[in-house]
Amino acid sequence: MVTAKSHKPVLDRETMALRCAKEFQNDWIVNLGVGMPTLCSNFVPEGRTVIFHSENGVIGYGPIATKENLDLHLVNAGGQYVTLLPFASIVHHADAFGIIRSGRIDACVLGAYEVAENGDFANWKVAGKRGGGIGGAMDLAICAQRIFIIMEHTTRDGKPRLLRQCTLPVTAKGVVKMVFTDLGVFEIGSHGFVLKEIAPGWTPEEVQLLTETKLTVHPNLAEVTL
Amino acid sequence: MQSKLYDSMDAAVTDIQDGASIMFGGFGGPGSPYNLITALHRQGAKNLIGISNGAGGQRPHDLSILIASRRVRRMLCAFTAPTHTSRPSAFSDLYEKGEIEAELMPQGTLAERIRSAGTGIPAFFTPASVDTELAEGKEHRVFNGRTYVLEEALSADYAFVRAWKADKFGNLIFRRSQRNFNPLMAMAARCTIVEVEEPILEVGSLDPDQIHTPGIFVHRIVHIPPPPEGILDTPRDV
Repeated sequence: MVTAKSHKPVLDRETMALRCAKEFQNDWIVNLGVGMPTLCSNFVPEGRTVIFHSENGVIGYGPIATKENLDLHLVNAGGQYVTLLPFASIVHHADAFGIIRSGRIDACVLGAYEVAENGDFANWKVAGKRGGGIGGAMDLAICAQRIFIIMEHTTRDGKPRLLRQCTLPVTAKGVVKMVFTDLGVFEIGSHGFVLKEIAPGWTPEEVQLLTETKLTVHPNLAEVTL
Repeated sequence: MQSKLYDSMDAAVTDIQDGASIMFGGFGGPGSPYNLITALHRQGAKNLIGISNGAGGQRPHDLSILIASRRVRRMLCAFTAPTHTSRPSAFSDLYEKGEIEAELMPQGTLAERIRSAGTGIPAFFTPASVDTELAEGKEHRVFNGRTYVLEEALSADYAFVRAWKADKFGNLIFRRSQRNFNPLMAMAARCTIVEVEEPILEVGSLDPDQIHTPGIFVHRIVHIPPPPEGILDTPRDV
């Protein structure tokens, strides 16, 4: 469940996705962003049905397709070839976003460059570039019932991504509920980030050192559980 | 009734003039009108305005061939950067250098602007992009305590669409995620041109209840010839 990164092991991508997916409740409609979030579809908790929604109108997709069951007419929003579950249906793009804007998405999992302690986040444009990639993120960010972020705790240069305020252009303001990083699980409350679960072998002080803003440690802090 | 059937992709795009605005259907491969794009590339029209979810990627025959050959002046899309920074596109190279114009918008806003044009709605309010730099300078309004931004309908001279099945009247059926923007664009353009995967059927062959896009929105239909002349869907690495 851990990979050796820098001096100390951190949670790997699958573990972060697995932990995030534990939040999915039975019959939730869930949208997964490109990258790490797509891994969550592999980790739906036993005994629960999750309805995965994709911006391109696929409702109820199942596991990622293999060479054997690949259908060239069927991708999810990340461009991955997927399979359909028996209850699946297809709509066009405007209806797919009608589902989003009308508040029917119970949870949306997105990647991010930065998350601020007030729930703002930035994931569409990096510094020094003219172009940006929005896709469906702005519609989802402001309309989904819950925004979960999966990202590495720091940048490649070791700079914090959990910040007092975003430095990059925001995707939406005040919407992030939970953040899953390679160092732990964080809730955003009225006083900023609350460290709820921590990666094995790490102390809250060590996580604080890699976080720009003041962390509140949950009274029942636990190791990340799967 | 005037025939909508065209013998070739080239014949179906031959009259497109410099400066035309064109909607391109497709999302991540499925439903992308590769054959019409390559025909338009051969035809040579330039100074074009493109409307599409993305601005072309790494697939052969996608929008990148028009953009790399400088036929497109301006793109309206939901991505002006590549999804993976390590994989720049013809568009992102030009855009970073300031050599192509673009209007970036949320994907749901793009879809709804197109739907609005096709359904006679001049503008609508959406919460997407509120509090972001994309909403700066736009009209805002509060409904039931929530803030929305005004977005206007988006039409075009042409729509390039790819469908699974069609009859000679232009009634269309899409398969799986091939549908995406295609039915919306078919309704929003003054001339909708469709490349069709299956052989084009006689009128009456399709069940009216199963038709996604009524033929009244379709002006030209061309059957995709078998390869190597025709371009079928190409799988990415799996």
